[in-house]
Amino acid sequence: MRRRVDSLTLVAATALLAAGCATSTSTSTGTGTGTGSVSDGARDGAVAGVTGPLTVLAAASLTDAFTRIGADFEAANPGVSVTFSFAGSSQLAQQITAGAPADVFAAASPATMATVVSAGEAAGEPAVFARNQLVIAVPDGNPAGVTGLADLTRSGVKVALCAEQVPCGAAARTALDAAGSDLVPVTFERDVRAALSKVRLGEVDAAVVYRTDAAVAADEVDAVEFAESAQAINDYPIVTLAAAANPPAGEAFVGYVRSAAGQAVLTAAGFQSP
Amino acid sequence: MTVTAPPAVSRRRRRTDRRPPVFLALPALAGLAFLTLPLAGLLLRTPWGQLPARLTAPGVLDALRLSLLTATAATVLCLLLGVPLAWLLARTRFPGRSLIRALVTVPLVLPPVVGGVALLLVYGRRGLVGGWLDSAFGVTLPFTTTAVVLAEAFVAMPFLIIAVEGALRGADPRYEEAAATLGASRWTTFRRVTLPMVGPGIAAGSVLCWARALGEFGATITFAGNFPGRTQTMPLAVYLALEQDLDAAIVLSLLLLTVSVVILAGLRDRWVGGLR
Repeated sequence: MRRRVDSLTLVAATALLAAGCATSTSTSTGTGTGTGSVSDGARDGAVAGVTGPLTVLAAASLTDAFTRIGADFEAANPGVSVTFSFAGSSQLAQQITAGAPADVFAAASPATMATVVSAGEAAGEPAVFARNQLVIAVPDGNPAGVTGLADLTRSGVKVALCAEQVPCGAAARTALDAAGSDLVPVTFERDVRAALSKVRLGEVDAAVVYRTDAAVAADEVDAVEFAESAQAINDYPIVTLAAAANPPAGEAFVGYVRSAAGQAVLTAAGFQSP
Repeated sequence: MTVTAPPAVSRRRRRTDRRPPVFLALPALAGLAFLTLPLAGLLLRTPWGQLPARLTAPGVLDALRLSLLTATAATVLCLLLGVPLAWLLARTRFPGRSLIRALVTVPLVLPPVVGGVALLLVYGRRGLVGGWLDSAFGVTLPFTTTAVVLAEAFVAMPFLIIAVEGALRGADPRYEEAAATLGASRWTTFRRVTLPMVGPGIAAGSVLCWARALGEFGATITFAGNFPGRTQTMPLAVYLALEQDLDAAIVLSLLLLTVSVVILAGLRDRWVGGLR
């Protein structure tokens, strides 16, 4: 199936570059353009008495959705200013266990969340707020004619996978094993956006990435769904941190992400509701 | 010219020479601590008991071998291209020379990941040069060991050029002129006069270049990708280990550090010292 999602090319390009290297920090102020859910958010997102700065560490794959949710949340709670730091989940987990000051952590896999919980850094039970499924991203027009996992093992088809140490790579391994595929990629990329950028630059014919990442690059990349991805659906947990400087705002943000308004933004970005 | 100084002054100077002045010693020690404390942090956190098992884990020696091989190849490439470029910058006058000198330092300023993307845009399958290589010869560079060497050379070459250019500017051009008046050809002058004069500069530049190439991460993973045994150098292995297992990452880093320090110290005794 081909998906062409109309999205902000500039945001996509920036996110791609930013996701490449280290932690990218952005404040959501002024970036919430054109979301349909601002008014909904204002209705069910406002929590009386929530003010002050709020720091959210979130997985790189949440960059676009959370930037919108942050703007909506600020609109609903005028006293709050949300700052995001987007990076690979495991990098963020290491920052948290090393004492980085933050209020909320949203991870791209239960495994990375577990390292934070077992370090005693979580203020409660993490809640799954979104799920993500793998697709095969191919360059616009699908020049190699990829229709499923089986095509990726054809000779001459160059494939990028995420490294198995990061969530998208672990999920891809699960899906490939479920399919009994003996795929050998040309590269194990360090994160999902790096794998996607190899497709955008035309250096590989396909990459196994999350549906949401393919959606962000929809102007240059087509997404091919494959049945085995159902075996490797990724849960995204979120939690308020024990060391939070602003626990009420953290709780309110977690509640907002899980509310109908937050879920609408996530679904529009290609996530599934849990 | 002879300098005559009162004996009292020279005695005092000799005495103070033995002890570095406080205003230099304190910041020097602070600088040393600043540079070495992170290493101490790594050593304190190292799981010594697991060391043998970690070092013999599959892929570790492959990554080390690949790192040493590519860093050395990149240094050779930098020497072949960088020394002539440094000579051009130091010994000739042409319009736009200061602009060229600034352009040479671009890889120093450019975030290596962006450098990797830039390399893809030129040498990639759809790149300016890469597209031609692919259609004319069926050669694609990304995801090959050659790409690792290119990425490392791109990032490391400015270190060599700057060191060698500095040495050339410090060397007296009159020796070269004298060689020329005695009938030496330009190639002979360069080989027998210029190169020996700036030998220590070239050696220092090569060491910097090799060390930078050995530690290269961003441009390599972006341009060459990450595949064990082919493009996964030690820094890439360390980065990915860090995603899951801090201990493994520390052990790999220490291995890389130890090997590079041993090699550099050995080289220093053998031929950096010999050139003095």
